[in-house]
Amino acid sequence: MINPGQHTLARLRGFIVPLALLSLAEIVYAMNDVHSEIIAPPHEVLRALSTIAMDGTLWNATMQTLAGAMAGLSIGFGLGLLLGAFLGISSFLDRLLFVSIEIVRALPSIAFIPIAMLIFGFGYRMELSIVAFATFWPTLLLTRSAVSSIEPRLLEVSRALGFGIRASIWKIVLPAALPRVFVALRLAASVALIVAVTVEVTANPLGLGYGLMSAQQSLQPATMLALLCWLAAVGWTLNSALLWTEKRLFGRMTSTDFTR
Amino acid sequence: MKAVRSLWIVPSIAVAVAFVLLWKYAVDARMVSPVFLPSPERTWAALQHGFAAGALQLKFLHTLERMFYGWICASIFGIAIGALIGSSSTIRSYLQPSLELLRPLPASAVIPIAIAFFGLSDGMVLATICFGALWPMLLATIHGFSSVEPRLYELSEALGMKRTAVVFKIVLPSALPDILAGMRLGMTVSLILTVVGEMLASRDGLGQWILLAGRSFRSPDLFAGLVLLAALGLSSSLLLIGLERWLLRWRTVH
Repeated sequence: MINPGQHTLARLRGFIVPLALLSLAEIVYAMNDVHSEIIAPPHEVLRALSTIAMDGTLWNATMQTLAGAMAGLSIGFGLGLLLGAFLGISSFLDRLLFVSIEIVRALPSIAFIPIAMLIFGFGYRMELSIVAFATFWPTLLLTRSAVSSIEPRLLEVSRALGFGIRASIWKIVLPAALPRVFVALRLAASVALIVAVTVEVTANPLGLGYGLMSAQQSLQPATMLALLCWLAAVGWTLNSALLWTEKRLFGRMTSTDFTR
Repeated sequence: MKAVRSLWIVPSIAVAVAFVLLWKYAVDARMVSPVFLPSPERTWAALQHGFAAGALQLKFLHTLERMFYGWICASIFGIAIGALIGSSSTIRSYLQPSLELLRPLPASAVIPIAIAFFGLSDGMVLATICFGALWPMLLATIHGFSSVEPRLYELSEALGMKRTAVVFKIVLPSALPDILAGMRLGMTVSLILTVVGEMLASRDGLGQWILLAGRSFRSPDLFAGLVLLAALGLSSSLLLIGLERWLLRWRTVH
């Protein structure tokens, strides 16, 4: 419906507002000539970004954050997938566990920081345990609804073929639920990054979140804003890479809604 | 059918109670160190003690208040800005790319900036909650407003309705399911950011309570805080689900 020319025009429009805001920031800063300890103009942010990119602190911090997030994600997603598949297949089990799941799920994941600190101390293990807890629930819920909405006749077929529960999960349930399970993975990945950064900002002396906090505390607003922009870029890249893979693998199959 | 479903709540609660008993036996049998995991009785005693001393309900109320104000603030801004952006495709084409870029940014990453501006104060906690909880509502409202059935607009034109009438009689009801879903998600985000903000800025509340309890190895107090946080999360989400059902009762049940 939209012709290509209009499309590029619409894309260009998207750049106008951010560029205008950035230039406005530069102009205001140049006119007032103040030295601020809480905010920095865009060109200084850019310079700070290149400095931390050159001396390697940026990569180190990024790798630490991503390592914590991905390790936690793999545990949380794996367990969530497993239990979600079971609950999706057996509505009996699902109904029995309903209250317990709703109670524990209501806890904000961040509330586990003090316990994780008691058990693990600072470091990766604490971070990934909280990320695992936080990613477990969305995975569980989305997998459960993906599995329970599988065409019942497919399960009848698997029963007729005499499949055991493991074979029917591997051969029928997972392939049929895969597109929506991938959506769960994408959402869980963004949750993982958010929680990892939150844990770092709150308590854990690791990664980008800690970098942000220490830049703020040492009154380096340029470095702080540079890290913030970088974090936005990392989040955006992660999200669009997964979105692209999802479109590539499953096309329009995932566009169903999740209301249960 | 519905009665059968709600009857299932009884065995389901029984299973939850069984989990608590399992927790008790695991602690009593010394399978887990009581430093990390206190028994349910000790948690209950810590709760009672906290309430008797009057400290815990104050903290609970502080947390509730902070979460609620942040959420309300985010709802007002999110829905107003979302309505503005969502109702005009021109504004959308200018702003949508910037919003998409900002969306995956963890809300907690703006905490250092909020600290730089507001210091370690209540204002900082409120600003963080408001900023973080704004996104789900903003995006849901934009989606709700921009996906109104086009024929309804044609109808309103044919009826000669005024613009405000169109917004209140057609667009808002049609976007309401999306907006309410966004508000529910925003509530979860507000609770998380309230706890984070209280931990970081040392504001009186449950977040600070559990952090201090953890630091001084008072695990029963820590678990008492967790129980209250779970109660807060559960009751706020149940309340919103109820509100949603009531507001959307005109929709056909599916």
